[in-house]
Amino acid sequence: MPHDLTVNIGPSHPSTHGVCNLLVELDGEVIVSAEPRIGNLHRGIEKIAENRTYMQVIPLTDRLDYVGSMYSNWAYCRAVEQLAGIAVPERAEYIRVMMCELQRIGSHMMALGPAGSDAGATSVYMYTFAQRDLVLDLFEAVCGARLTYNYVRPGGVSLDLPDGWVEQCRAFISQLPGAMLELDRLLFGNVIARARMKGIGVLSREDAIACGTSGPVARGSGVDFDLRRDDPFSVYPRLEFSVPLGDNGDCYDRARVHLFECIESCKIIAQALDQIEPGPVRNDDVPRLIAPPAGDTYAHVESARGSLGVYLVSDGSVRPYRMKVRSPAFSNLSVLPLLAKGHLLSDLVIILGSLDPVFGEVDR
Amino acid sequence: MAIIDDLGASLEKLPGGGVALTTLDGFMGWSRSMSEWTYPLGTACCAMEYIASSFSRFDFDRHGSIPRSDPRHCDVMVVAGTITRKMAPVLKRLYEQMPDPKWVIAMGNCTVSGGIFYYDSYSVVRGIDEIVPVDIYLAGCPPRPEAFQDAVLQLRAKIKAHSIAPSNERPVRSTLPNADTPRKGEGIAEGGERS
Repeated sequence: MPHDLTVNIGPSHPSTHGVCNLLVELDGEVIVSAEPRIGNLHRGIEKIAENRTYMQVIPLTDRLDYVGSMYSNWAYCRAVEQLAGIAVPERAEYIRVMMCELQRIGSHMMALGPAGSDAGATSVYMYTFAQRDLVLDLFEAVCGARLTYNYVRPGGVSLDLPDGWVEQCRAFISQLPGAMLELDRLLFGNVIARARMKGIGVLSREDAIACGTSGPVARGSGVDFDLRRDDPFSVYPRLEFSVPLGDNGDCYDRARVHLFECIESCKIIAQALDQIEPGPVRNDDVPRLIAPPAGDTYAHVESARGSLGVYLVSDGSVRPYRMKVRSPAFSNLSVLPLLAKGHLLSDLVIILGSLDPVFGEVDR
Repeated sequence: MAIIDDLGASLEKLPGGGVALTTLDGFMGWSRSMSEWTYPLGTACCAMEYIASSFSRFDFDRHGSIPRSDPRHCDVMVVAGTITRKMAPVLKRLYEQMPDPKWVIAMGNCTVSGGIFYYDSYSVVRGIDEIVPVDIYLAGCPPRPEAFQDAVLQLRAKIKAHSIAPSNERPVRSTLPNADTPRKGEGIAEGGERS
């Protein structure tokens, strides 16, 4: 196909959602090819982890997916627990589920806001960020940090819920569905936003599976896959929720899946708050220096971006021999060349935003 | 800006020019400090807190500190997030694109020193002051929006004291760290100290 212009977008560009560098070849305004060039945020976390003890790796996992640190914490700790055979108290599992569902809401707010602002509706971002700040308040009350929590530990969580947290959380989840419906009208009811998002960047169901996408990107294309339901872990089997799916796999569907997942997360948190019982939140038998027996394991959780997995190899020492992170954002980003082809340059930003990449996790 | 810079240089030489210069300094410092347009070089976690500080709850517009996405419009570069060796040339080039006078806030431990990635990472720049001159070092991993607010206010005080006389030009490092360059703290690591 002929092309007459090569445009370099990023790595510092207001709409690249991080440090994505896109090499776009254009024929007039139409994209012939768009190639993401990654690695601008490669910090070598997997390599650093080999020089840390198992406990010291947890703060590093915080910085993988910095919009949803709880997931990386949890996936890593699940891997360590499987490797070393550590039991987790039930209350800790409920707290983990609640934290991760709150994290999903907070993270999806970071996806919905740009979905609006990429299409020119900047005010949506203000509404979503107001909700995100409420989520961060809850996290701050629990562990003192707004972004990098270091909260989930092998064998439980670091601290119990503080006084008044349950009420604060209930107040938050009771107002959220209404706010989401308002957001639905504000963003998806907007004629311009619909025109900008519908039919743009269609990802077929087959391609979604072939490229290894997961999370809202795959579900937006109608792939009915959710680890919380299909490979149940923690206390998810005791909780009832549905998995929202899209029909067409375009940007509109992907963004809308994000919105409905937030409402589902509210239901999960409400059930968890009802079911949770007093008890220990941390297995006291876990030593400071964990030395699991030699072997390897793979543990995954359903993060806000999809199936987040951690593969750990132990050689019997106190440091992991190898840590490999299966990053959903990386797999989801890999469909960008497929989606962008044939669309206008102005749609590229919306397509990239709908994939919701976090480059800390893509580049690791 | 060029006219004002020349004015400062010529005023200095005139008899009684010092008084005029300080008066002008006061005015320029006041006007510049009240509209710090920031260029967010957001790469990682700190960018989230940067975004949070410009939105509804923390609302930085009230300080006259507005994020602009073009370095040519901006006075202050906020480097929010880890700078890797691959990103370092980009940082330098963006800094050079900003018009004088310009200031830099190093937001977060990664930009101050490399932070959590100081040890054992082969790709992280150990502090952006290896590449660009830094005015405010803001520690935290990531710093809270309130801390960033404090950094902006401290920078405001610094800008107010800034003279338009051509004596406070700061050089940009012309060399960038590459694979052969010894890195900050390299000797310490070889001396047997471990993380």
